[in-house]
Amino acid sequence: MTELGILHFLIVSSALFTVGVVGIFVNRKNVIVILMALELILLSVNINLVAFSVFTGTIQGQIFAMLVLTVAAAEAAVGLAILVVYFRNRRDISVENVDLMKG
Amino acid sequence: MALIAFGLIAAVVILSAVFVIAARNPVHSVLWLILAFFSSAGLMVLIGAEFLAMLLIVVYVGAVAVLFLFVVMMLDVDFVELKQGSLGYWPFALLIGAILIAEMALVWAASGALTFDNFDPSPGAETNTEAIGAVMYTQYLLLFQLAGVILLVAMIGAIVLTLRHRPNVKRQDVGKQTGRRRSDAIEMKDPAPGQGI
Repeated sequence: MTELGILHFLIVSSALFTVGVVGIFVNRKNVIVILMALELILLSVNINLVAFSVFTGTIQGQIFAMLVLTVAAAEAAVGLAILVVYFRNRRDISVENVDLMKG
Repeated sequence: MALIAFGLIAAVVILSAVFVIAARNPVHSVLWLILAFFSSAGLMVLIGAEFLAMLLIVVYVGAVAVLFLFVVMMLDVDFVELKQGSLGYWPFALLIGAILIAEMALVWAASGALTFDNFDPSPGAETNTEAIGAVMYTQYLLLFQLAGVILLVAMIGAIVLTLRHRPNVKRQDVGKQTGRRRSDAIEMKDPAPGQGI
């Protein structure tokens, strides 16, 4: 523990992951914050990938982190677009009533 | 020294993540999210993954967080009302979090010592960016192209979802404008005196 090791990064990323999951449960009504919590989860995954990539001396993890970054950006764009459309229809972004939209 | 820097930055990451999910105002949540992204980039710089760190700032802070900020500010939502009753979710959420932490700790306890002795942020190259570039455009070319396709699909999807044609909106129609002739617009009259048209 006296030198910067992979364990430190694993601790940080697991804490970040847990905060993200807790955030999804806490903000059950607010979709925007749920999306932000998802971004936090993806960030923790990225930290994990990069840490393993660096500490094992292989580059593949960093390539994969880049792909995760791409997917995160795409997910944020589509998610927020859906949110905007939903808001236009219902003047409200509460998740509780989303099932009114079905069929 | 690196350990102290790591501790400080990691504390900032975790604290700002907590504020993201606990902030009352979603605009503040987005700002805390930006801080979390920035400090995670700092974590990556600490172990020499500079390219990913800069990419994190460009993509997350420059694109994703700003997108969130736009949407939060654009939607006229009563966030106080949304926040009501969310205090009741905390015990359950913390229970889930504790279970997750316990599970991860169990896996760690069962996995034995994690020692990787070939620390190298840029294997087979001078710099980190060079190492990534050397494999990304050769070995992982298809994945790279696929990432582009994913972004394209997301872009088209977002545009298709949010595009709407509102009626009763006056728009400039360039074709109609330039197709207009003098004969369509002006009519010469020669009214007789005292009669009008």
